[in-house]
Amino acid sequence: MKMVLSGFGGQGMLLAGQLLAYAGMLEGLNVTWLPSYGPEMRGGSANCSVIISKEMVGSPTIPTPDVVVAMNQPSFDSFINKVKPGGLFIYNKTLVTTVTTRDDITMIALDATQIAADLDNLRVANMVSLGTLIKHTGIVKPESVLKALAIKFGEDKKHLLEINEKAIAKGAEVA
Amino acid sequence: MNRELMKGNEAIAEAAIKCGCRYFFGYPITPQNEIPEYMSLRMPQVGGAFVQAESEVAAINMVYGAAGCGARVITSSSGPGMSLKMEGISYIAGAELPCVIVNIMRAGPGLGGIQPSQSDYFQTVKGGGHGDYNTPVLAPSNLQEAVDFTQLAFDIAEKYRTPVIILGDGLLGQMMEPVVIEEKKPLDIDRSWASTGWDGKSRKPARINSLNLNTEDLDAHNAKLQAKYKTIKENEVRYKEYKTEDAEILVVAYGTSGRISYSAVDEAREAGVKVGVFCPLTLWPFPEKQLFEAAKGKKAVVVVEMSAGQMLEDVKLNVPHDVPVHFFGKPGGSVPSSEAIAAEIKRIKEVC
Repeated sequence: MKMVLSGFGGQGMLLAGQLLAYAGMLEGLNVTWLPSYGPEMRGGSANCSVIISKEMVGSPTIPTPDVVVAMNQPSFDSFINKVKPGGLFIYNKTLVTTVTTRDDITMIALDATQIAADLDNLRVANMVSLGTLIKHTGIVKPESVLKALAIKFGEDKKHLLEINEKAIAKGAEVA
Repeated sequence: MNRELMKGNEAIAEAAIKCGCRYFFGYPITPQNEIPEYMSLRMPQVGGAFVQAESEVAAINMVYGAAGCGARVITSSSGPGMSLKMEGISYIAGAELPCVIVNIMRAGPGLGGIQPSQSDYFQTVKGGGHGDYNTPVLAPSNLQEAVDFTQLAFDIAEKYRTPVIILGDGLLGQMMEPVVIEEKKPLDIDRSWASTGWDGKSRKPARINSLNLNTEDLDAHNAKLQAKYKTIKENEVRYKEYKTEDAEILVVAYGTSGRISYSAVDEAREAGVKVGVFCPLTLWPFPEKQLFEAAKGKKAVVVVEMSAGQMLEDVKLNVPHDVPVHFFGKPGGSVPSSEAIAAEIKRIKEVC
């Protein structure tokens, strides 16, 4: 499965993609994670391409994704026409105000930033979207993502695990 | 062994540390900055030294010094920085010292850009610096190879007393993939040539130098170097093949364009084209005989590179004369998609 996670720099989509890839690795699958990189800064756009597969992964680049998470308007505009027919497009409706629809893909309007605000932590909007993604794709088990989160955060950020886990669970509730 | 999810740059750095490298000298440049960043954290933890030099020229000369003392030492850079290191690499090759140099290529020429490229092939494989020397060049196409080749590079460097270059690109440096990095002990070989302090008795003084003003001596030194390069060509050729057994068309590609060509081959085969990949893993020595054998009887060879066509020349020199050689690629930092390569393979199938 080929997935692109995209948003503003600072929204944590690169981290969300890393956790997804890490979870895939923990399940014994082949994974690649590739960030967009350029002379960019906080507030600029940032995306990553994640491939999780039973087969060997050749190309880590994804011109036509199966799944896209778009956390802001520029991401929505960049990727709405790139998703494969039959694919899944999750977008952050709190920040995406101009929506063009496609009837050959599944579109999920996720109130990610609002849900994060309701959890009193705007920074976990990325985890909300990750929860929605794994729920709707079934690409990895939620337990694997939580395990990846614990490994990635380590002892230093242990206190942040609970809020992130909550955000992932909230995202998974969105139908 | 546990698999870890690491960036290519970090995996190369950790692989070096796990095989006993304790000295890093470098100067920052994108897209390889995670190597010095990671080294600055890890070297102090393992009792090693991390030095951010004032320039690439200084860094490579620090490498020269450490290598002269017999230390396992590494430096890393990208295109513009590699150009600055070339003088030092020629000196190190002339003085016959072992070291490992990593080039995570970006698009040129000049300062160019920071996106992935393979346009330093000529510089890396054909010399780069002055004089009759070669450096073994290892070109990983995935991150496990990046780990394994980093550790192998130190062994080759010490076995033959030569600088060895790891040639990657921005995509391999920035991407993450699972890797297993094992501890590896340095080879048990004679290191009495190293300048480690002289007691005046137990051996001759170590002489680390690349200057030789006596023509007869320099002739002899060059002959010795050429004999060494011949041995390396005989022993250190590496390559891999993918779905070549029944292939009518052969893609030749290394590194990032090699791995993307694997996907392109799968896509083209779904459309009924019998195609395979020949992926050189050492660019010097180039797998000359092996490519000749692999290309024999093929309807066409397609070279895929993120450059204007550099390895292309080595491929043309080493395939049978009756096999047409096509080129697909471009310079400037674009990474070809597997779909674009597959479309080119299908187009060539139609014309051959």
